Amino acid sequence: MHSDFVISQTDGRPLYLQIMEQVKQRVAVGEWKKGDEIPSIRQLAATTRVSVITIKRAYLELEREGVIVTQHGKGSVVANTPTLTPRLHEQELAAHLEHAARIGALLGLTPDQLASRLRDAAARFKEDRK
Amino acid sequence: MNDLAVNLEGVCKKYPHFTLDNVSLQLPTGGIMGFIGANGAGKSTTIRILMGLVYQDRGTVTVLGHVMPAQQAAAKRDIGFVSEDMRLFKTATLAWHMEFIRSIYPGWDEAHAQVLVKRFDLNPAQKIKGLSHGQRVKATLLLALARRPRLLVLDEPTTGLDPVARREVLGALMEVLTDDRRTILFSSHNTLDVEQISDRITFIDRGRIIDSGDKEAYLDRWRRIRLDVPAGVVLPSLPGAVGGVGRGGASGGGEGGRVAVITTGQFDSSMTAAYQRAGAVVHAIESMTLEEIFVANVMSRREGPAL
Repeated sequence: MHSDFVISQTDGRPLYLQIMEQVKQRVAVGEWKKGDEIPSIRQLAATTRVSVITIKRAYLELEREGVIVTQHGKGSVVANTPTLTPRLHEQELAAHLEHAARIGALLGLTPDQLASRLRDAAARFKEDRK
Repeated sequence: MNDLAVNLEGVCKKYPHFTLDNVSLQLPTGGIMGFIGANGAGKSTTIRILMGLVYQDRGTVTVLGHVMPAQQAAAKRDIGFVSEDMRLFKTATLAWHMEFIRSIYPGWDEAHAQVLVKRFDLNPAQKIKGLSHGQRVKATLLLALARRPRLLVLDEPTTGLDPVARREVLGALMEVLTDDRRTILFSSHNTLDVEQISDRITFIDRGRIIDSGDKEAYLDRWRRIRLDVPAGVVLPSLPGAVGGVGRGGASGGGEGGRVAVITTGQFDSSMTAAYQRAGAVVHAIESMTLEEIFVANVMSRREGPAL
């Protein structure tokens, strides 16, 4: 059922971050909806073949970020925060922008050049959607 | 639950060419510990002692509340032990072995055994001598798992397995842990397996425990710091920095700058601040895989008294 969690050995990021990202992705696309019960820590550990302590850490961080809520002794549910999905997209955008800024610097682009490239990309995207 | 399934304190064992020196390790019930170390580091000796197969010279060993080796008969009823040198009867079939174990252990779960036969892709009618190495490993593991023991002790359970078999075995182990009253201790030099499924890591080198504890905390302490060191800049020597170029007071070359890579097992932000104060530029701070940590640790120990 949850076996479509993928642990990548070439990803380079710690396992708990990979788990967090995939939970967020499920919440962002609406596969896991607000208030839905999510797998218990030991269940997800078994299906992903990842240690209980790693899943526990991922859930703790997800709770801190407000993505899930854990009720003691009852398991975890997707948080009921209305801003949840925009916030996840917000984080994703921030990460991509930072990445773009880094590559831009490698190419020697000025911030203005970078901004105009982004405007071009946004215009192209709008065009494609017509 | 916070009781200990396995507790070793101050365990020593002396052989002519090898000494297990003051080994202590604790494994809480419901957890899984990966026991790592190079060949000959003392993993198997430690496992044999905790199974009561070898008697320690000094120190105390308690397994599932039983004092070892004195109460080993009682302890072994609840322990499933699998090691590479475990012998099955070559001319008997897997089905015969299953029946044999079933007749000894009342906890044998036939339904679970049948599930494992399918999952491990084994044929019970096949004689042991006709099995491949991987099939034999899976067969011994099946015989241990179907008893549903409270503690599984596995010596190199994934060594020599193909990737698919490895995945099946790791899956079977993680499934055991959906029951938080059950505990697993396994040794491996496959650091990928240990990193993936362990709650706790114990790292042994030359008969001594180097580190033992929570896996997440352990991985978190280690970082690789890449520095740009301009000409004339001298890097401070910081505790916990191991391996890599530019350890301990090395300075930038006379002409141009250089790159230094520092590996540390005691990372915190004050370290990078100290390098920056000295004039170095922090190029990157990278987390490390268990494999990289393992190699850095063993190499630096072999090179000399770093750390």
